[in-house]
Amino acid sequence: MSSVANSTLARRGTVLSVALLVVFLAAWQWGPGLLGIPPFIIPPLSMVYHEFLRMLAVSALMTHTGITAAEVIAGFVLGSLLGAFFGYILGMSPTAEFALSPYILALQIAPKVAFAPLFILWMGFTVYPKILVAILIVFFPVMVNVLSAIRTVDPDLINLARAFKATRAQIFWKIEFPASLPPLFAGLRIASTLAVVGVVVGELVGGNMGLGYLLSFGEGQANTAMVFVAILMLTLVGGIAYLAVILIEQRVLHYLPRRSFSAT
Amino acid sequence: MSDVVRLEYRNVTMRFMERSGKSLTAVEAVSLAVGDGEVVSLIGPSGCGKSTLLNIGSGLCAPSEGAAFVDGERVEGPNAHVAFMLQKDLLLPWRTVLENVMFGVEIQGIAPSERQRRARALLENLHLFEFAGHYPHQLSGGMRQRVALARTLAIDPSVLLLDEPFSAVDAQTRMVLQRELAQTLEREGKTALLITHDLLEAVTLSDRVLVMSRRPGRIIDEIRIDLPQRADPLARRQEPKVNDYIGRLMERLDIGAVEVAGGPP
Repeated sequence: MSSVANSTLARRGTVLSVALLVVFLAAWQWGPGLLGIPPFIIPPLSMVYHEFLRMLAVSALMTHTGITAAEVIAGFVLGSLLGAFFGYILGMSPTAEFALSPYILALQIAPKVAFAPLFILWMGFTVYPKILVAILIVFFPVMVNVLSAIRTVDPDLINLARAFKATRAQIFWKIEFPASLPPLFAGLRIASTLAVVGVVVGELVGGNMGLGYLLSFGEGQANTAMVFVAILMLTLVGGIAYLAVILIEQRVLHYLPRRSFSAT
Repeated sequence: MSDVVRLEYRNVTMRFMERSGKSLTAVEAVSLAVGDGEVVSLIGPSGCGKSTLLNIGSGLCAPSEGAAFVDGERVEGPNAHVAFMLQKDLLLPWRTVLENVMFGVEIQGIAPSERQRRARALLENLHLFEFAGHYPHQLSGGMRQRVALARTLAIDPSVLLLDEPFSAVDAQTRMVLQRELAQTLEREGKTALLITHDLLEAVTLSDRVLVMSRRPGRIIDEIRIDLPQRADPLARRQEPKVNDYIGRLMERLDIGAVEVAGGPP
């Protein structure tokens, strides 16, 4: 595709996106009234906006958002590091993989969010159980991607390095590690959104901090607009995390042919 | 060409254990010697163990019996005297052309300034200099194979093992690459063992062609190619004797009815 055709596509796509947003916001503002849906089911846009301003002033919205964001970052970073570490270890040691795979599979099948109450029993109403749920949920996509990347490195590439008398460490740092980076980043993209899920579940289950807490508090008050604000802020946190991963990915994987900015 | 033997296989036999537990003989009692500066081609049916011989020569696997020698030294493992090049270019996508060419010398711990000097000289010779900063995905298949050739030559091996290096590129690019390889081998005085399916390639590029049998692979014929200008395979193609050689190779390989113009000698 030529760059001209590409830029035309980008311009058309942007116009369409903005138009869709306007239609969506308008439908949100006037749709419920026209269809006779009461505000406690779907509060109109303006009501949600006023609730947002109220929460900023009264409910320490930014503090709660900051706490949730910090938990997301901590859970994402620690979970990714652990996932990548185990991915590399298992990828390079078939014995370790053989021995550990049934347990890893079992842990992967178990619904991670179900651990949240357990972690709160262990660690109380602190930030730690939330971070732990995020770590657990982030761990798998990263580990699985790194593991399969290491195992699918072209054996001829390894042989080439061996023929040059490469040491095991050289094979890892010059071939296996760089070859694993594209799949690693694919895993990190998924992980960045899953980290938010893990943290919110933790906050919903117990505690009095974070957007998940505001979510359940709003629900208890039958304050639908508050629930909407919390959902929007959570989406914002997740979106920023996802965008951060993409920006780092584009710097690290600059050698790949340019792809369109796609959400995968 | 001197009498120095650069690459030698002495009575090499290779057996593999199949999953069923049966042993499979890939190569049987192969002995061959390649002299200094000589280019020898190895042809044979698929699965006759040609690539196995290459792996043994590069020290990536040890033969069941016999041994390979490079520069008179027994091959016990990978060593700096031998470099191989495959049908796949095996370029690393995260390295630029220049960095890919330096891959081998970097692993061997050669000083950065010397690495640069060698890689740049090779890129110059192979008409790749202006692409030094490009990434592999920006190159055509033929250019990628040339980068692979430069990487192979960068470690300055005394023997090159080439396993169907041009079978993945289109016919026209292949002719250009064959000529560049021939010129490079001539200029650098390198010794090469070339594995190929392409009879014309074997005849136009080599001093000698060895024919292998079906599995278990044995060497069943040796044909000395008595043609001028080994460095110019395109000119060699025009020689009438080329057809005679190809006819004889087809006969040895049992390819169809041998009714090639000129017929077998």
